[in-house]
Amino acid sequence: MSAVTKLTTPLTPESVRALHKGDAVEISGTIVTGRDALHKLWVKGWPEYPDLSLKGGCLYHCGPVVRKEKDGWSILAAGPTTSIREEPYEASVIAHYGFGAIIGKGGMGAKTLAALRKHGAVYLHAVGGAAQVLARKIVRVQGVRHLEEIGVPEAMWILEVKDFPCLVTMDSHGQSLHDELKESSRAIFDELIGKKKPGAAA
Amino acid sequence: MVKSKKPVKAAAGKPRQSAKKKPAARAAARPAPKAKPVAKKAAPGKPAPATPTADPFGERALTAVFTELFRRAATAIPPDVLAALEKAREREESGSVARDTFDVLIENTRLAREDSRPICQDTGMPFFEVAVPRGASLGAIERAAVAATRAATKAGYLRPNSVDSLTNKNPGDGAGRGMPIVHVHEGKGKTLSAHLILKGGGCENVGSQSALPNVDLGADRDLEGVKKVVLEAIFNAQGKGCAPGVIGFCFGGDRANGYNEAKRQLFRKLDDANAEPAIAAMEAELLEKGNLLGIGPMGYGGKTTLLGVKGSYLARLPASYFVSVSYMCWATRRAGVDVLPSGKAVYSQ
Repeated sequence: MSAVTKLTTPLTPESVRALHKGDAVEISGTIVTGRDALHKLWVKGWPEYPDLSLKGGCLYHCGPVVRKEKDGWSILAAGPTTSIREEPYEASVIAHYGFGAIIGKGGMGAKTLAALRKHGAVYLHAVGGAAQVLARKIVRVQGVRHLEEIGVPEAMWILEVKDFPCLVTMDSHGQSLHDELKESSRAIFDELIGKKKPGAAA
Repeated sequence: MVKSKKPVKAAAGKPRQSAKKKPAARAAARPAPKAKPVAKKAAPGKPAPATPTADPFGERALTAVFTELFRRAATAIPPDVLAALEKAREREESGSVARDTFDVLIENTRLAREDSRPICQDTGMPFFEVAVPRGASLGAIERAAVAATRAATKAGYLRPNSVDSLTNKNPGDGAGRGMPIVHVHEGKGKTLSAHLILKGGGCENVGSQSALPNVDLGADRDLEGVKKVVLEAIFNAQGKGCAPGVIGFCFGGDRANGYNEAKRQLFRKLDDANAEPAIAAMEAELLEKGNLLGIGPMGYGGKTTLLGVKGSYLARLPASYFVSVSYMCWATRRAGVDVLPSGKAVYSQ
């Protein structure tokens, strides 16, 4: 594994372009969570958040377990959720809000990959199911939006993180580890079921 | 760090060891005087009178037992699953992304157990299977499962995970129409036996059901065909179901029962050999072939794509040949409990 690149939000365009598929990174600063209901809500009306700087920010596909405290909220568990469900919306979201990184799991599709390239953003993979390891990288909850409308798991949580670990699996140069693995495993799958490679001579 | 380090206390008390005495020693004991499942055995020669509030299989007692069952399932990885993760870690080369990832998964299970916090923030769809003694109220068990879902959600063992599909509102208490899923049937003994799986949405989404024959795969209506379809489901899942996963599969049945039977296989321990040799051979072959795909933990690439494969079959109609696949993530969360007539609860994973 290569040396870890430490990054602070908001990410600069140069720091994002310098990242490549396979790089290990650690994010510090403010990130926001957003998943299914929030993406739908966003594309319907593009609400503005004048007090938040989303440009160069990180959007984390996560529906945390939280607990209400006297003076705010605490995060009890916060791993990534599957990102591909946001594929229909993410390219527009990146274009509109200017996120520099999308954090999630499982990877995304061609439309998002093209948007990462066009707008200079990366897809960062966090370890799925590692809700305790990752919750401990969240320093505090700065706030929450849309809580009443869409509930705890789907709300937009504004989190301060320190050394949040991720792997670059889709970069701003058109490279995707997910596409790579899908192709290599497809060749093995075809062989295992005795299927000829497409176009191979009979 | 999170704001509060205070561990959430279990509603049903601290984790307890399994029964030290043999169950036979208290087989004849009447229901204990208190509704608490942890009630001590009645003094010898002085059997406690059974009262309606002392019913060990009543709603109140079972709510406490099921809440503790939730805590264990959500926060403690079963020992066989942990052992499989450790074995998978050893197979990966030092310094590889795959090995580092297994380190994270194993560390995560340790933290979750120590602090009684969810292994994964998606605490899943609760799926209960309960075998009850003759005469126990089935309604009480269903109500206890719902009440325990609410209690475990309030305690932070579960995320408020239920969404009303009609209104898209999250009621915030984890319960809803058809949630939790509770399957109750009459058992043979005097003990109530409950098993719980918490299965997250990410892995549920990569489950599949298809019908044979399948021309694209060259899959006929036979065991070879079944294996091809299951392997395709593993390939299609890639890392999206939080690999390495555990596969439950079923061939035959109608659509609904096929899916259910596939999911029920996830109650089995990873080293549980299938009593049917033909199915046991399919399980072993699919585990080996699935791991050859090289998808690895999280789909990063690696030698372990699956932790286990468990299969079953049901009778089918001549016209139907369904193959149902249920994918469980690496965080295979299951727990069981036996509630004895005395009210004592013996938990297992």
